Amino acid sequence: MDFATIIELLDSAVRLGTPLLLACLAGLFSERAGIFDIGLEGKMLMAAFFSGAVAAMTGSAWLGLLAGIGGAMSLALIHGLASITFRGNQLISGVAVNFLASGFTVLIAQSWFQQGGRTPQLSGNARFEPITLPGADAVKDVPVIGQIYSNLLSGHTILVYVAFAMVPLTWWVLFRTRFGLRLRAVGENPESVDTAGVSVIRLRYTAVAITGVLSGLAGTYLATGLAAGFVKEMTAGRGFIALAALIFAKWRPVPALGATMLFGLLEAISNRYPNIDLGVVNLPIQFMQAVPYILTVVILAGFIGKAIPPRAGGQPYVKER
Amino acid sequence: MSAANKPKAGRQATAALGANNAATPAKVPAIELKGISKAFGTVQANKDIAIRVMPGTIHGIIGENGAGKSTLMSILYGFYKADKGEIWIKGQRTQIPDSQAAISAGIGMVFQHFKLVQNFTVLENIILGAEEGALLRPSLAKARKELKRLAEEYELNVDPDELIDELSVGHQQRVEILKALYRQADILILDEPTGVLTPDEADHLFRILDFLRKEGKTIILITHKLREIMEITDTVSVMRRGEMTATVTTSETSPEQLAELMVGRKVLLNVTKTKANPGATVLEVEDLRVRDEDKVERLKGISLNIRAGEILGIAGVAGNGQSELLKVLGGFANGTGTIRIKGEEIDLTGKHSDGQSRRARGIAHVPEDRHHLGLILDFMAWENMIFGYHTEAAYQKNALVMDNAGIIAHTASAMERFDVRPPIPTLPAKSFSGGNQQKIVLAREIERDPVLLLVGQPTRGVDIGAIEFIHKRIVELRDQGAAILLVSVELDEIFALSDRIAVMFDGQIMGERLPENTDEKELGLMMAGVAT
Amino acid sequence: MEKTPKWIDVGLIPLLNLLIAFVISGIVVLLIGENPVQAIKVMVDGALGSPYGWGYTLFYATNFIFTGLAVAVAYHASQFNIGGEGQATLGGLGVALVCLAFPWPHWSIALLAAMIGGAVFGAAWAAIPAYLQAKRGSHIVITTIMFNFIGASLLNYMLVNVLRPRGSMDPATARFANSTHLPTFHDMPLIGQFFGKSVPANISFFIAVLACFLVWGLIWRTKLGYAIRAFGRSESAARYAGISPVKIVMAAMLISGGLAGLMAINNVMGTGHRLVLNSVEGAGFIGIAVALMGRNHPFGVFLAALLFGFLYQGGGELALETTIPRELITVIQALVILFTGAFDNMLRAPIESFFVARAKANKEA
Repeated sequence: MDFATIIELLDSAVRLGTPLLLACLAGLFSERAGIFDIGLEGKMLMAAFFSGAVAAMTGSAWLGLLAGIGGAMSLALIHGLASITFRGNQLISGVAVNFLASGFTVLIAQSWFQQGGRTPQLSGNARFEPITLPGADAVKDVPVIGQIYSNLLSGHTILVYVAFAMVPLTWWVLFRTRFGLRLRAVGENPESVDTAGVSVIRLRYTAVAITGVLSGLAGTYLATGLAAGFVKEMTAGRGFIALAALIFAKWRPVPALGATMLFGLLEAISNRYPNIDLGVVNLPIQFMQAVPYILTVVILAGFIGKAIPPRAGGQPYVKER
Repeated sequence: MSAANKPKAGRQATAALGANNAATPAKVPAIELKGISKAFGTVQANKDIAIRVMPGTIHGIIGENGAGKSTLMSILYGFYKADKGEIWIKGQRTQIPDSQAAISAGIGMVFQHFKLVQNFTVLENIILGAEEGALLRPSLAKARKELKRLAEEYELNVDPDELIDELSVGHQQRVEILKALYRQADILILDEPTGVLTPDEADHLFRILDFLRKEGKTIILITHKLREIMEITDTVSVMRRGEMTATVTTSETSPEQLAELMVGRKVLLNVTKTKANPGATVLEVEDLRVRDEDKVERLKGISLNIRAGEILGIAGVAGNGQSELLKVLGGFANGTGTIRIKGEEIDLTGKHSDGQSRRARGIAHVPEDRHHLGLILDFMAWENMIFGYHTEAAYQKNALVMDNAGIIAHTASAMERFDVRPPIPTLPAKSFSGGNQQKIVLAREIERDPVLLLVGQPTRGVDIGAIEFIHKRIVELRDQGAAILLVSVELDEIFALSDRIAVMFDGQIMGERLPENTDEKELGLMMAGVAT
Repeated sequence: MEKTPKWIDVGLIPLLNLLIAFVISGIVVLLIGENPVQAIKVMVDGALGSPYGWGYTLFYATNFIFTGLAVAVAYHASQFNIGGEGQATLGGLGVALVCLAFPWPHWSIALLAAMIGGAVFGAAWAAIPAYLQAKRGSHIVITTIMFNFIGASLLNYMLVNVLRPRGSMDPATARFANSTHLPTFHDMPLIGQFFGKSVPANISFFIAVLACFLVWGLIWRTKLGYAIRAFGRSESAARYAGISPVKIVMAAMLISGGLAGLMAINNVMGTGHRLVLNSVEGAGFIGIAVALMGRNHPFGVFLAALLFGFLYQGGGELALETTIPRELITVIQALVILFTGAFDNMLRAPIESFFVARAKANKEA
């Protein structure tokens, strides 16, 4: 494998890892606030559809982005309503959100475009185009550093750069701001927040709304960056891989970057090499596809460091009697 | 505890303070509650409550479990909204719709169960909700400085960078007090603060409260322990069944009078029982040790024995290892050491260390916490009547299915015998009152003629009528030749039932006494760990 | 403590929630420019208007009974088994292996063996998440989700690389021998005359009904069921009683996985006669809606499975007769899960307080 191939693989890993990263950070805000979210898949799918649809109709990727965020946000609010206001089961709500998106997107897509549940192909301004970083073309031929700069770092859409910028931003918000302190507290012990005179409900809704925005970005990137339009079920389990990455990263933003890029790389490798012959064993593509899930189970089993979720996660907050 | 240690000193201090108060001209009360009422569904938790607390004093609120003390304080802290009534703070009528309003009014609350974030540092917990701005850094710096000052002023030392997880319970409580002081509370409410403390920690807490009083802070101390009231408070209100039955000056009252006000009659637990006629040794425990999940040793080498036809009462402040003792004997905690039943050693770990094998040995267990252990509240009475014995052959119709009809019939007659009201086997356990729930548990455990009965807090949260009934049944079982291990935090109960009394402190047995040769004072010293 | 009448809990509230789900679905149909009344008519005609429709409705219902029971049994032990899809997938593998392994002389023997194969494979797929939950506290919801994906990959591998007959391009097994084909409703005495040859409903439906009775007996009549319910309500009390949490979680999840795996006798052995990719078609997830709707009682599960069988078949007809895609059913399914599951308190709290207040007023009067 030569250097150029490695760069290509890594470049592909970045593109495939980006929606995972955005969705993973989305889940991080919600779960850090004590709201389990197995509905990331649905929110991404909804965003993918609305961004694709509106981009197709208006020819503007930016309007598509807004619509995508709006779509994900509507599901986030349903999840918030179920988990926070009605104190329902957060897991069941997540399941419902996933099915809602899965059915609703096809229903509306068919009604609007009559193309068998997909949106028209996007082109031009309806997609987010790759951005060439300054000087990328000039240094293209410089060995190693130039190749990395022009082929790996440069040439992604704005959403990829946003996703990477979200990592330090999330860390900073979580650990350096008042909001972050309260958010982490409400996920660990909501009573501590309530008795300190801070509204648990408002905090949790804010967290859920941030989850909506970020999963909206993730879905939008799928439909307008990675692909050129919405296709039925196009998330293909990415929401669950993001959830796996979140557990893998133990609900921390910087490890989330590592986990999602690792999973992105796995996907890139299995796309490029359907079968990997290790000499002794031949790893089939199906195994490569299952690796993120297997890794998550191993992590959950606590064989490599225990993944402890936020302590109040999954439980609706009820003031004690 | 310390009250028993130096009761006179405590009362003298109180008297002196009372004099101070008299010397200063009349002030407005720091807190005044007028006609507070609150109902939860059909339960009237607070009924027309009135209190006046003067600044710079410690006011005690005493009452039994469920008397409505905590509800009242939760109203004052904005956790519940009163159905009726007024709150006046420092002469101003004040609305307290939420905790934020309470904090602004200068009220700080230390809950019985701390409201701390376990994996935050002390400093982070202190500033939570009281941050200076959107960024944490300035708030943390300010809190660090303030914490240092408070630590020096009030003996409230805690490491600001330690995680709460790593702190002892006593230190966690200090963090709660610091939280309130950091928010500049001048009215501090403490709900059952000593329930989880060692006597040393409790002493330290009272010292801190004394400092705070001298600084002019107003303190409300909620407790059900008479000693604490006598030791530290200036005035005391007594609550009973949601009502305030009296408010008195501490120096002018006595524990006996307060106790009577609390229960509404003389607390004379007279159980008619003959002298024990103990037979062969049933239970032998040698060097029993138990570690909890955090590897903290909770039982530090317990040895005891009980003979047939004898009640051994274990006295002690809650949390000194009594629960662990019951759990190991009952088979749902692991331990090391030796336990023999009628000379046969039983497994303390592994496969045969569970409730089923203990029951097979004739050990019955009325657990301390009937809501979380003894009963399944959603299960019907008949399902609860066989709980733990559901695999017994008598309850099976054949190899496959249980004999539900037979169990229901059995339950109906057992409910009759134990005077459970209403005697309806198909009613869920949660629909019965505390006393009737306890009778269901008791019927289940006693009617099997156990070799050994473990019984924890048999009358906690039980109405007075049922108490006598339950006590009578326990004595009857003894007279039938069972060995009985009784754990209770109520000394009256220990005295009323026990043939021998062992006192537990810090996971050890401090000593044994015969009830006729000892008194509350001596046991109190042993419970505090200062005498053996 | 006042109690609300039971019919409210098991009747009124689920029905109201269902009604809300249907009304919202109707609004969605209106929004996409179709007539909801017409849509219902097409669905009822297609699913219930003919023996042909019934044959499909009951076929789908059979799947949903198995997966619904699977979710319900786990629920009684307070385990949320979201892995029915994967367990049913593996069940399919088990059934296929049994059917292909041996030239079975008669369908009845093949069926018994296939039931064991499906149940064992389904149970095995639930066993690892169950063990990790019981022994290591790994959240069973997440592990069963992960096992759904791992199961899909495993099946994909098996079909593409192992079980695919030489020369075939299809990722599917060979066809099962005719002697393993189960009798359909058409083949049965008495009812056979009403149903055409192409009707997929088969003898598995009666096995599903039998499973409802057995699960009912298990949960409410046996020691194990008693222990499962006790553990599900209060883990601490179960420990006090000497009920082993590990045993209960394992037992409940193995039964749950086994039930999900049993579904394969219907969809793989009963109709497909070979194992293909995605033969489960989401039935594992529909089981969640069915169990919620049926309040985890086998009889409720049976009724809810019929309802979803009707929706599934009606939805197929809808896609054929109108421009409404069959994904409308997914939306209805989502709304049922949402309202009967996650939004349960929305109606429950006000309705219960209404009845408590009324009971109180009656008492005082």
